[in-house]
Amino acid sequence: MMARPPNLRVIPGFDTTLGLTLALLSLVVLLPLAALVLKAAGLGVAQWLAIVTDPRVLASFRLSFGGAAIAAGLNGIFGLLVAWVLVRYRFPGRKLVDAFIDLPFALPTAVAGIALTALYAPNGWVGQFLPFKVAFTPLGAMLAMVFIGIPFVVRTVEPVLQDLESELEEAAACLGASRAQTFARVILPVIAPALLTGISLAFARAVGEYGSVIFIAGNMPGVSEIAPLLIVTKLEQFDYVGATAIATLMLGLSFALLLAINLLQKWNRQRMGAAS
Amino acid sequence: MIDISNLSKRFGAFAALDDVSLRITPGKLVALLGPSGSGKTTLLRILAGLDHADGGAVQLNGLDAGTLKTRDRRVGFVFQHYALFRHMSVADNVAFGLKVKKGPDKPNKAQIAETVGQLLDLVQLTGLAGRYPQQLSGGQRQRVALARALAVEPRLLLLDEPFGALDAQVRKDLRRWLRRLHDDMGLTSVFVTHDQEEALELADEVVVMNKGRVEQVGSPADIYDNPATPFVFQFLGNANRLDAVVRGGRALVGPWTADAPDIADGPAVAFVRPHDLDVVPGGDHAIIRHQVVLGPTVRLDLVLDDDITAEAIIDRESHARLNLRTGDRIGLQARRIAVFAAP
Repeated sequence: MMARPPNLRVIPGFDTTLGLTLALLSLVVLLPLAALVLKAAGLGVAQWLAIVTDPRVLASFRLSFGGAAIAAGLNGIFGLLVAWVLVRYRFPGRKLVDAFIDLPFALPTAVAGIALTALYAPNGWVGQFLPFKVAFTPLGAMLAMVFIGIPFVVRTVEPVLQDLESELEEAAACLGASRAQTFARVILPVIAPALLTGISLAFARAVGEYGSVIFIAGNMPGVSEIAPLLIVTKLEQFDYVGATAIATLMLGLSFALLLAINLLQKWNRQRMGAAS
Repeated sequence: MIDISNLSKRFGAFAALDDVSLRITPGKLVALLGPSGSGKTTLLRILAGLDHADGGAVQLNGLDAGTLKTRDRRVGFVFQHYALFRHMSVADNVAFGLKVKKGPDKPNKAQIAETVGQLLDLVQLTGLAGRYPQQLSGGQRQRVALARALAVEPRLLLLDEPFGALDAQVRKDLRRWLRRLHDDMGLTSVFVTHDQEEALELADEVVVMNKGRVEQVGSPADIYDNPATPFVFQFLGNANRLDAVVRGGRALVGPWTADAPDIADGPAVAFVRPHDLDVVPGGDHAIIRHQVVLGPTVRLDLVLDDDITAEAIIDRESHARLNLRTGDRIGLQARRIAVFAAP
């Protein structure tokens, strides 16, 4: 057996870059998370369960995760629509609309929250015409989550739509497919992985969102209070143990959900034969 | 019967089709032959309903195609890059046209599976039903695209540069195979190509197009032997272009004369194919500037009087017998000369 010659890779620097990657990841991501888990480990299991099964905590989780899921779903629909319009049609002001899409990325979330509140408050420009309350209800929290999540979907779907050959649609039309059939059977399956990625990013962002939601949600305990706010509230009351308990549950749930989405993606790719 | 009358199509200032009229007889395999930009693909796309003409009309079996949507035309289209659905297996690609049918025509699952099986046998992809397009070779993808188009029993099969993306050997095999398939299934087919060899070998009828116009329509032999215009002559193979002068139905072309009936007296242009030039001993018409051996033949690069360059192609045996060397002065005889009125 011949000894493997050193440095067989064409692209050099694997050791260095991997080392740097791990170091950075440790300092910025893994260490803080480990500290969090360590702190929570100081609690007994019974005590931890008691904190996280408190009705107020459970309600906040329902809003954070349930609201984020609904917001991500809505973003999936609206984001696909926006991406479609931006890619498929040429109209005056297209570039401007394109630039607006990124604003939720850059805008301080508090500004977004205050602006949305002003609009959707019962006496706001939009709110006064609505027969139901938006601001200061869970609906308001979801509205903010939609706002901050939409660029994720648009920006992940856009390039895939751009690469979609028009010939595929033409082929479908020649084979007798209607527009709806072409969309459902030809276009959607191709953009599905990107759409799913965009939705999961929007979801992750909405789960962690704090700044914009707390202005519009009204933060009524048990009704429109999100989990991150509950953590801050506990911290302000010097209840560090309670805050960490909630934080570890958030961490665990987020990780499990994102992992599930990743597995779904992998399954989808394999189903499409791309693994070969 | 497909009747195309006075079709025109512009893309901005560019005339892709300029008053094109054409009749396609059922059962024929027709080639649209021309250089890029000659409008052949545009014509194909208008037949399929993928583009719309600015003027003129297309009649498909007596129906005005303008009133038919793409999906109602029953026209099979094979795209140059196949346009297979990547997320579907080979069987699902072929079944697509059957699955999207609605109403009483909709076949059930067993019927679809049977048709797909038959089509895959037909295109010789029997064992590959479960594969995905990216797991296939170019030639296999081409045949999947063809099976998919045939699944809906098209009245007309259109193929856009069907062999353009394949390597030479696969291309030759597929050509023969397509010809057989066309005859066995009794299809009416139109294919687009820029390769004159492909058009001459495969088609019953060749439509030569140039700059959005039809230059000539005819059988391959007819087109090759009696080109109607200088463009057709030059496009169908290598040609030496020479100046000529016509006097009373005879043309003087360099050292030769040729019949030129129906051409007015005065300057004209003449064409001679390189393999229609024979080297004769003892003459003095040209100097050999360069010789290239091309398998069974030898190409001679010649300089005629007045510094006119020309090419001759002769077989290896004559070349050896004549003992030709670069720089020799040789005599030339032209077996066929085509004369056209000066443009």
